[in-house]
Amino acid sequence: MKTQVNIMSKYQRTDGRDADGIRPMEAKVGVIPQADGSAMFKIGNTIAYAAVYGPRELYPRFLQNPETGILRCNYNMMPFSGAGDRVRPGANRRSKEISMVTENALRPVIDLHDCPNAVVDVFIELPQTDAGSRCAGITAAAMALADAGIAMRDMVSAIAVGRIGDGSYVDLSYEEEALEDYPVADIPMAFVNRTGEVTLLQMDGEVQTEGIMDALAKGREACKRIHALQTQALKNKFQGDTQ
Amino acid sequence: MGEQLLANKAIAVPGEEIARGMDFVPAAGTYRDKESILAARLGLVSTDNRLIKLIPLSGRYLPKRGDMIIGQVIDVQLSGWRIELNSAYTALLSMKEGTSEYIEKGADLRKYFDLGDWIGTKIINVTTQRLVDVSMRGPGLHKLSGGRIIKVNPSKVPRIIGKQGSMIGMIKNATNTKVVVGQNGVIWVSGKPGDEIRVLDVIRKIERESHKSGLTDVIKTYLGAPDAVGDGNYEQMDDQNEDTGEHHE
Repeated sequence: MKTQVNIMSKYQRTDGRDADGIRPMEAKVGVIPQADGSAMFKIGNTIAYAAVYGPRELYPRFLQNPETGILRCNYNMMPFSGAGDRVRPGANRRSKEISMVTENALRPVIDLHDCPNAVVDVFIELPQTDAGSRCAGITAAAMALADAGIAMRDMVSAIAVGRIGDGSYVDLSYEEEALEDYPVADIPMAFVNRTGEVTLLQMDGEVQTEGIMDALAKGREACKRIHALQTQALKNKFQGDTQ
Repeated sequence: MGEQLLANKAIAVPGEEIARGMDFVPAAGTYRDKESILAARLGLVSTDNRLIKLIPLSGRYLPKRGDMIIGQVIDVQLSGWRIELNSAYTALLSMKEGTSEYIEKGADLRKYFDLGDWIGTKIINVTTQRLVDVSMRGPGLHKLSGGRIIKVNPSKVPRIIGKQGSMIGMIKNATNTKVVVGQNGVIWVSGKPGDEIRVLDVIRKIERESHKSGLTDVIKTYLGAPDAVGDGNYEQMDDQNEDTGEHHE
C-alpha cells in the first residue's frame, strides 16, 4: 500500500539540484559533416542531434510555396533511446505532434523569403532520452539552422519547467516527471532570446495561473543560460575563421 | 555617437548585437531594431565605415546574376537544357544561349549538350521566383569534358581563387592541370590522374585552413611551387572585386 504524502510538504530533488538547477549540458556544432548544418545538444541523459539540409528543391510540388521557402522538421526517437522498452521505429502520433510544435517554435525567427518554392529540412534524432526531449531537439535545431547559414533574426532556446506540488522545478528528469507521490505538471517552453517571445508553451498536468507565471519566469532564466551555451558552441566551431 | 560591440572579423551569431547607435547602417546579413544593429544570420562581421555587414561562413549557393558557375545537364527540353546548379534551383540554358551554331528545327539537342555533361556557364538572369537563365556565350564558357568534379562550400570559393586569381593560378602551374572554379562551389579539374589527385588534396587543405592569413604562401610551400603570384595566364572574367564571379581557365 502506497503511503499518502502531504502534497504541501516540500519536494526535495533526488539528484541534489536546487529548483533552478539544469542538468549538466553540452553543446557541439558541426557534428554531421555531410549536412549543411548540424548540432548536438545534451542535457542530463537526453541527447539530441539535429541536421539541417537545404534550402533545397521541394517535392511534391503542391507543398511548394511561391511566397517563401518552408521549414520542415522531423523529430524522431531512436528505437533504443528510452529506458529499455523498444520504441517502435517510424512516425507516431506523439512524434508528429512534436515535429509540428518544433516547426512552430523555430519558424518565427527564420526568414526563407530569399528561397521561394524551396524547403529547409531539419532532422532531429534522439539516441537517448530522459525527459525534456522536445526542448533539447529545439535547442539543437536552432544551432543547426544557424550553422547552415539560414537567415535567422535570433536564436531560440527551450527548456521544460515542472510544477511539483506547489513549487517550480527547472528541467525535470524522467524520474521526477513520473513521481507518484506528488501532483506533477510538466511545462515545456521556448523563448526567442532577445525579445523574449514565447514560441512554444505546452503543458501536461494541472496547474494554477500563478504556477504557470512562476514556471515561465524560471524557464526564461534557464533559457538565458542555454542561449549562452548555444552561442559559445557556434563560435567555437567557426573560431578558426576569425583571424 | 554609437559604439561597435563586435569587432571586425568577429563571429556574429543570429540575434547578436553587433553595434549600437543610429549612426551605423545595417547592410547584408544584419538588421536594425531600434538603436541596435543585429545579426540576421551567422557570419563574420565586416565594417566599412558606418556600414555593417556579415560575410557568410556557411550555407548553400543562391544563384546570383553574373556569377560564373559549373553545372550539369540534367534534362533536355523542347528548346533548351535544364542545368543543375548545386543549389535549391535549376537553370535553363536556352537553345539561343547554348550555341552559336544554327540548329535545324527538330534537331536532337543532345548532340550539343548531352545528359550528364558538365558545363562552365554564366548566370545571365535570376527572377524573384528564382528562375535562372544561363548562357554559354562569353570567353571561357564551354563544355567540360573529362577531368573530375570537386564540390566545396560556396563560401570558400574566394579563398580558392585568391586575390586576382593568385591561388588558383599557382595551383594550375604547380600541378600542370586545367582548373575551373565555379561560384557555386563546383570545381572542375583536368590533367594526369596523379595531378588531379594533388589538386583535390590541395583544395581540401585550403577548405580546412581557409581562415589562415597568408594562405597562398602556405599552399606554395605545400605544393613546392616556384611561383606564388598569378601566372598571367588566367582570364579575369568579372570586375575588380575579388569576391564576385571569377572563372579561371
